[in-house]
Amino acid sequence: MIPELGHYALVLALALGLIQSVAPIVGAKTRDPALMRLATSTALMQFVLVALSFGALVTCYVTSDFSVATVFENSHSMMPLIYKFTSVWGNHEGSMLLWVLILSIFGAFVAAFGANLPTTLKAYVLAVQSWIATAFYLFILLTSNPFLRLAQAPLEGRDLNPILQDLGLAIHPPLLYLGYVGFSISFSFAIAALIEGRIDAAWARWVRPWTLMAWMFLTVGIAMGSYWAYYTLGWGGFWFWDPVENASLMPWLAGTALLHSAVVMEKRNALKVWTILLAILTFSLSLIGTFLVRSGVLTSVHSFANDPRRGVFILGILVLFIGGSLSLFAWRASTLKQGGLFAPISREGALVFNNLFLTTACLTVFVGTLYPLALEAFTGAKISVGGPFFNLTFGPLFVALMLAMPFGPLLAWKRGDLLGVAQRLMAAFAVGLIAVAAAFAIKGGVSVLAPFGVGLAFYVMTGAVVDLVERTGLMRMPMTTVRMRAAGLPRSTWGTAVAHFGIAMSMLGIISAGTWGTERIVSLAPTQTLSLSGYDLSFDGIVERTGPNYTAQVAKFTVREGGVTIGVMEPSKRNFSARQTSTNEAALMARGAGQLYLSLGDTNKDGSIAIRLYYKPLVLLIWLGALVMMFGGALSLSDRRLRVGAPKPAAKTALQPAE
Amino acid sequence: MTRKQRRLVLIGGSIGVLALAVGLVLNALNGSIVFFNSPTDIAEKNVAAGTHVRIGGLVKPGSLERGDNLRVRFEVTDGKSDVAVRYQGIVPDLFREGQGVVAEGKLEPGKILDADTVLAKHDERYMPREVVDALKKTGRWQEGEAK
Repeated sequence: MIPELGHYALVLALALGLIQSVAPIVGAKTRDPALMRLATSTALMQFVLVALSFGALVTCYVTSDFSVATVFENSHSMMPLIYKFTSVWGNHEGSMLLWVLILSIFGAFVAAFGANLPTTLKAYVLAVQSWIATAFYLFILLTSNPFLRLAQAPLEGRDLNPILQDLGLAIHPPLLYLGYVGFSISFSFAIAALIEGRIDAAWARWVRPWTLMAWMFLTVGIAMGSYWAYYTLGWGGFWFWDPVENASLMPWLAGTALLHSAVVMEKRNALKVWTILLAILTFSLSLIGTFLVRSGVLTSVHSFANDPRRGVFILGILVLFIGGSLSLFAWRASTLKQGGLFAPISREGALVFNNLFLTTACLTVFVGTLYPLALEAFTGAKISVGGPFFNLTFGPLFVALMLAMPFGPLLAWKRGDLLGVAQRLMAAFAVGLIAVAAAFAIKGGVSVLAPFGVGLAFYVMTGAVVDLVERTGLMRMPMTTVRMRAAGLPRSTWGTAVAHFGIAMSMLGIISAGTWGTERIVSLAPTQTLSLSGYDLSFDGIVERTGPNYTAQVAKFTVREGGVTIGVMEPSKRNFSARQTSTNEAALMARGAGQLYLSLGDTNKDGSIAIRLYYKPLVLLIWLGALVMMFGGALSLSDRRLRVGAPKPAAKTALQPAE
Repeated sequence: MTRKQRRLVLIGGSIGVLALAVGLVLNALNGSIVFFNSPTDIAEKNVAAGTHVRIGGLVKPGSLERGDNLRVRFEVTDGKSDVAVRYQGIVPDLFREGQGVVAEGKLEPGKILDADTVLAKHDERYMPREVVDALKKTGRWQEGEAK
């Protein structure tokens, strides 16, 4: 009964989606307020129905109703409750339902908090949202229905892929989807602006918080995925340039560019057409990401099943939305009025520089990800494009971006003084050079490039601090003035500095862990000791443990530093009987921002065991940096000017560029 | 600066960055891509020794030898031809005789692969696509055998 209710709710949502796709547009064209207002109610109702449907699926999983095919395939009655819950989206069908759930949440948000939007704009935005939703409802109902029943209910399920039975997985997909799908709002606003043929600074102010929110979630979602791969896959890598990872990186790069170009549009009323194009591209890349991951074109832990019909359907959605929106753009973009002049050396110029390099970097990732697929389709040759390709292309572009980053916020709008800014950044240059020298002194010439990378990271971090020091007048003015100025600074200024600081932190972690990490891969017998980077690990033996749906072999190691015991590390291997597979649980021990990483290999006949031990200095900064970036985004979002649903000051002023 | 000049600076800059990116991409594609081959490809095509390649197939039953210091030696087969692989390190958990495997490394003289990476499937329902394709070519793969 419950799965049928869920199915039915989804069909109703589809019906409402169809209505909402058409009615508001007719309303806006004929200036019929009743038809336009209809979209608000249908958007809210769609959310309620999809939430009901999702709730029904969750109920099936939590109560282990194995008469439902997807539950049988992906769950097990012995699994802990939390994994029963998360296995809802640990498979293709459920994860698509989560996708539309998040889409409907965003739609409902616009409906509920968009009271200050012009009525026609809101009607168009909700209609475009509904086009996307309808396409995905159809996709789920026609090719990936999670509610299909089995004729005979089996007694036991086939269990969730053990590698997915992990808390990291529980949070990673929802965060990533919040990011991907969040960009649908900026897309809908862009399409609405193109249909209306009207766009102004106020438009950018409505779009920016949504973009910012999506960007924050995507940032943390990518970081979570990276951390999950790091501790689950057992060999200490945190980024593999795997197509599936690239699929999430591309919208992030385009979304970051969009955030920055929307600033120019909001403050200076310039770059309108470009911002619209970026909004379309960002969501298109999210769709491409969904296609790559869900269609089975790529094989990875993410491609749950290969049903060619699904691939073709998603490809259809892709062609329809990307092709359609780009055609609309080509047709209507010329109707948007240009505005806002600026000199190449100015804040606008710096933001254009940012956009240029971010989109180009995004393009190189795009080529590296899709070139192998295209080559295989056309010539049959199979190649793999891995880390070296991206280091050679993405790397230099990102270095240029980081070099310019501290300049941006310090340059004045319209016409900036490059030399003056360089003088103000003296402290940052100095800190950067000292960091280069220090890195060489401490680590020697293992790598020539890495110390410069460290210098670059410290230069960007100091640059972010310099920006705040300059604005608050710290060290130049009395403390009371500084405090007042600090309180008076817009939150978005704090956000910028914090986010720039965060990306430099991540960069520092990547360079340090990637270059100066040490590793030992050996066979070790009980009571033997292994030393690495000043840490001594002695192997105490193996014990068996039983978990809810697995048995584990736990190896115990005592860790000493300079003869003093600092803790125990217990890497293990879990054997899951339902699928007859095993997973490798690495043991991690944080030392400052660095980490000791220990994972198990095969057991030998003589009782010794193969182990991998890594020491990764500063590795935690990679993910802490992402959290700092998200915090920066949150600060910006809390800026009064941008708050979602903040009351509109007055009808007239809302249409003028701020400041 | 006039509006026209400003626009020229912008367009010139964009073209410059794009040209830079194209240069970087072409340069990187030249040096860092790895071709995938089935064991039959290795046996029949004249792949020069020293080339970096990826091969995929099944671990030939009975071919796995373990040496000391975590050295392993095994053969990858697609039913028609075999390629010997040397590797030092920890092989993946689901690396077994008769199971799918992908190995990447340098092809040594005598067509032995000195692997720096060995990948195995990570789920009993999953088979690396490259392995499936290699097996399909030699007719050793039935649809629906495993997914």
